[in-house]
Amino acid sequence: MRAPGSRGAVSAAVIDVLLADPDAADGPLERLREATDGRAAADALLDEDLQLALFLLYEQHYTGMDAASERWEWDSRLIAARRTLERLHESELTARVTIPGTPEAEASAVAETLFALTTPTPGPSLARAVAADATADQLREFLILRSIYTLKEADPHSWGIPRLRGRPKAALVEVQSDEYGGGRPERVHATMFARAMRAAGLDDAYGAYLDAVPAATLASMNTMSMFGLHRRWIGALCGHLAAFEMTSSLPSRMVAKGVRRLGFGDEVAAYFDEHVEADAVHEQVAARDLAGGLAEQQPELVEDILFGAAACLLVDGLAAEHARLAWAEDRSALRDATVGV
Amino acid sequence: MPEAGWRGDGPGEIIVCPNGPLLVRGDVDLVDADGAPVERRRATVAVCRCGASAIKPWCDGSHKLMPRDEP
Ligand code: FES
Ligand SMILES: [Fe+2]
Ligand SMILES: [Fe+2]
Repeated sequence: MRAPGSRGAVSAAVIDVLLADPDAADGPLERLREATDGRAAADALLDEDLQLALFLLYEQHYTGMDAASERWEWDSRLIAARRTLERLHESELTARVTIPGTPEAEASAVAETLFALTTPTPGPSLARAVAADATADQLREFLILRSIYTLKEADPHSWGIPRLRGRPKAALVEVQSDEYGGGRPERVHATMFARAMRAAGLDDAYGAYLDAVPAATLASMNTMSMFGLHRRWIGALCGHLAAFEMTSSLPSRMVAKGVRRLGFGDEVAAYFDEHVEADAVHEQVAARDLAGGLAEQQPELVEDILFGAAACLLVDGLAAEHARLAWAEDRSALRDATVGV
Repeated sequence: MPEAGWRGDGPGEIIVCPNGPLLVRGDVDLVDADGAPVERRRATVAVCRCGASAIKPWCDGSHKLMPRDEP
């Protein structure tokens, strides 16, 4: 991924550090410490500077940024800065997420609570807008926004595998195996999405549109990375995946409808068609065997499971509403309408 | 020791999801009314049992829009 533009003092300092030699980075690290120390955020989830900085720090654990030393991944000075930013993100999430009443630590009760939490609602939604009246440019914006997660689809949840055992582990691996194409490279969901982007005339290089993507979308990605990278958040990670899968089939069908209405063709539709079918399987496995199975093994995690599910709905809802409202006002949902489209 | 959720050791299994599909996992022959094999595109599939799916025989989540009917 190429280095993006900065969005404020913290993200500028993070980029400077990442581009510096870890053995000769005292100056940039000092500026990063100054920028993060005492940094507050009115709304951390919509703070462009903070979310970009956190995104870039997490990215060191995925495939990294061009020209950034791989040694930064486990550099304690950078991890310390990340922890400061994570606290802002985490406390905003904790303050905003409300979880429904806690069910018994029993698989079917947990699944039932999750299905209730994710019940489809009538009324305006981004997927409905795509189905009904989005323009071709808006559909491309939709793909661009989705690309931040979907070009590395499933990766953050894979961090949960070594932290689970027995039934929830088997469930997570079953879902992830399907996300990764069941052994067939061309059916890896991230690869299918890359194909959809190219067919829509977009660049499928990871981060190609990072500068255009607003904080809310980065907050969605960062929430998954935070749950995935911290073992103490394993319950939330499983709840997050369950909620994600449980809110995918029906919206994917609407998006596929919009793709066809706009004449984007089968390569673009294929990704969404696949998710109508796959996620109807994944949601059952994730709700019952992953989230439910984990709750039975570790009843103390029930609240975290629901927290993760509700956090998924909150941050993905913020990202979707950002785009939907922009379109409703005839604005671009991207940060700079001249980028990419 | 088997834990909750352990499902025996047969070659395949069909799980009845409350208010949802039948999950078919493992070695189970899936055929249409004429006995012709139904092509499976993934290891574990969800077969619609509510009748509302637009991609039958697979579930597409449409059961969530139907009145609930236990189990
Ligand atoms: S059982 Fe899911 S759509 Fe019919
Ligand atoms: Fe997927
Ligand atoms: Fe999925």
